[in-house]
Amino acid sequence: MVENRPWLTVLSHAVLCLGVLVTALPIWIAFVASTHPSDSMLSGRTPLLPGGNMLENYATVLGTGVKAAGSIPVGTMLWNSLVMALMIAVGKIAISIIAAYAIVYFRFPLRKTCFWVIFITLMLPVEVRILPTFGVVASLDMLNSYWGLSVPLIASATATFLFRQFFLTVPEELAEAARIDGAGPLKFFRDILLPLSRTNIAALFVILFIYGWNQYLWPLLVTTDEGFYTIVMGIQRMLQAEDAEPAWHEIMATSMLAMLPPVLVVVFMQRLFVKGLIEQEK
Amino acid sequence: MAGLEFVGVRKTYPNGVQAIHGIDMAVADGEFVVIVGPSGCGKSTLLRMVAGLETVTEGEIRIGDNRVNELEPADRNIAMVFQNYALYPHMSVFDNMAYGLRNRRTPRDEIARRVAEAAGTLQLEGLLDRRPGQLSGGQRQRVAMGRAIVREPEAFLFDEPLSNLDAKLRVQMRLEIKRLQRALGTTSLYVTHDQVEAMTLADRLIVMNAGVAEQIGTPLEIYDAPATLFVAGFIGSPAMNFLPGTVAEDGSGANLDGSERTLPVAPPASAGRGRITVGIRPEHLEPVSREEAVLEVVVELVEALGADSLVHGQLADGGEGMAVTVRVDGARQVAAGEVLSLAVAPNHVHFFDPDSGNRLA
Repeated sequence: MVENRPWLTVLSHAVLCLGVLVTALPIWIAFVASTHPSDSMLSGRTPLLPGGNMLENYATVLGTGVKAAGSIPVGTMLWNSLVMALMIAVGKIAISIIAAYAIVYFRFPLRKTCFWVIFITLMLPVEVRILPTFGVVASLDMLNSYWGLSVPLIASATATFLFRQFFLTVPEELAEAARIDGAGPLKFFRDILLPLSRTNIAALFVILFIYGWNQYLWPLLVTTDEGFYTIVMGIQRMLQAEDAEPAWHEIMATSMLAMLPPVLVVVFMQRLFVKGLIEQEK
Repeated sequence: MAGLEFVGVRKTYPNGVQAIHGIDMAVADGEFVVIVGPSGCGKSTLLRMVAGLETVTEGEIRIGDNRVNELEPADRNIAMVFQNYALYPHMSVFDNMAYGLRNRRTPRDEIARRVAEAAGTLQLEGLLDRRPGQLSGGQRQRVAMGRAIVREPEAFLFDEPLSNLDAKLRVQMRLEIKRLQRALGTTSLYVTHDQVEAMTLADRLIVMNAGVAEQIGTPLEIYDAPATLFVAGFIGSPAMNFLPGTVAEDGSGANLDGSERTLPVAPPASAGRGRITVGIRPEHLEPVSREEAVLEVVVELVEALGADSLVHGQLADGGEGMAVTVRVDGARQVAAGEVLSLAVAPNHVHFFDPDSGNRLA
């Protein structure tokens, strides 16, 4: 808006600040909790300023895990989550960009049908097909493995659809020029389409990495071996300490660690993202 | 270098639409042929068939001595310049030009030599590291030309390459294309809907309408003796005046509808005694004194272009719809409502059969 009304500016800023506060406060409290000794959180008065046990708490969860809940070291869980999220993000992008390429650039029988079948699977999220999927994964002997964690989540109608929409905006003459320049289908894909999709890939990677990182139900089902626990499901397990108070200081430290990688991905990829947008290639 | 030949070329789309109704033509080696016509006449389709981007339904296209119907575009030894240039946006100017050569496994130093040469010809030397997005429209156009030149093809195909440029640049690039084609001596096919481009560039013109080549000939042949009403109306600006009439009793002239005067130009014998359409170009009507006049026009509107003026009016004693456009010297003052007395040289009067649209000769 180009209007110049001081009060409107003040009001909109106030609303904005309030929004930030509402979003940030729980995270702040989690951070504060992760820096206090175990009894501060249980005393009934939630502290609002950081305590002095930060290093100790983080060292404990990273090194040995939350003892009371019999949990494995958080470092292992972070690693598992990272592997799973990366496999899902990379796998999804790879599969869907190839599928979209086929659907947009090749004329084959049942092309439209293929597209609609892919599109319809949008209506079937993981939770709906979780039992049959579990059956398949179990019979393929992929329980308690990275493959079992990631492969069933790789197929993606959303990403396929996004790439399809992007490919449709690439001028047809580009493909024709490449044909005249002697580039076959694979060469065109590698030399022209892939570089042009760079910013789209970066954007999708951010979204899909976070999607993979935040998976909860699926890892809970397919892993029984502690060595494959992911951090998001791990946090929940820490709460189920029997005959003991939850170790809030350690749980919150774990939560902070669980939040870190997605934040880093967003911060880091956003630079690439904006750079791509400024270059205006297309 | 090689010529190009169309033998009974037809194109029917899968949905049954027939885009090309049979073209037969031979393009000589080094000739610049322009295909011109209104949008949807099939001119681009024809060009794309030569490029291999559209299949040929029937007939044969030959480049040099080879039938190319079944060849991939890359194997036809042609280069194409697209309307929107179709430059690879993520590659530098150098890479854009070199891409086709790399795919053909041309040696590295050969690529560098050819690109440098083309860049020199097209004044792109300082721009080789830029991306297409950092270039102006005219520069992009040059890069697209450069990409075609470095291939050293048997034929250039141009698909309305100048229509995205502003008027001034278009005139300049038109000259450059002509000069370049002369210098390289490469057979060229050029598609456009702009008749000025067509007339100035072409060694020979193909005027197309609804999938049919209405006339093939040099620009002046087509201007002086248009084969059909369509060609007569399409080539020349402003368009030729068409006046319906009948052949006079004694065959010595033409009676224009609603006019008592007889146009004292004898129609060809093939016209018989029936109805005809008389065609006269605006630039061939000349204001004269009343005594010498063969036509009189009531002026409705004057468009002053500077060098000359376009006078739009109605035939003075004509019936409805006898609109006439006259090109007069710009220095001459003409006002609306005035009656212009006009004469025309007999060899500049064209006669057409109003039913078939064919020229009567």
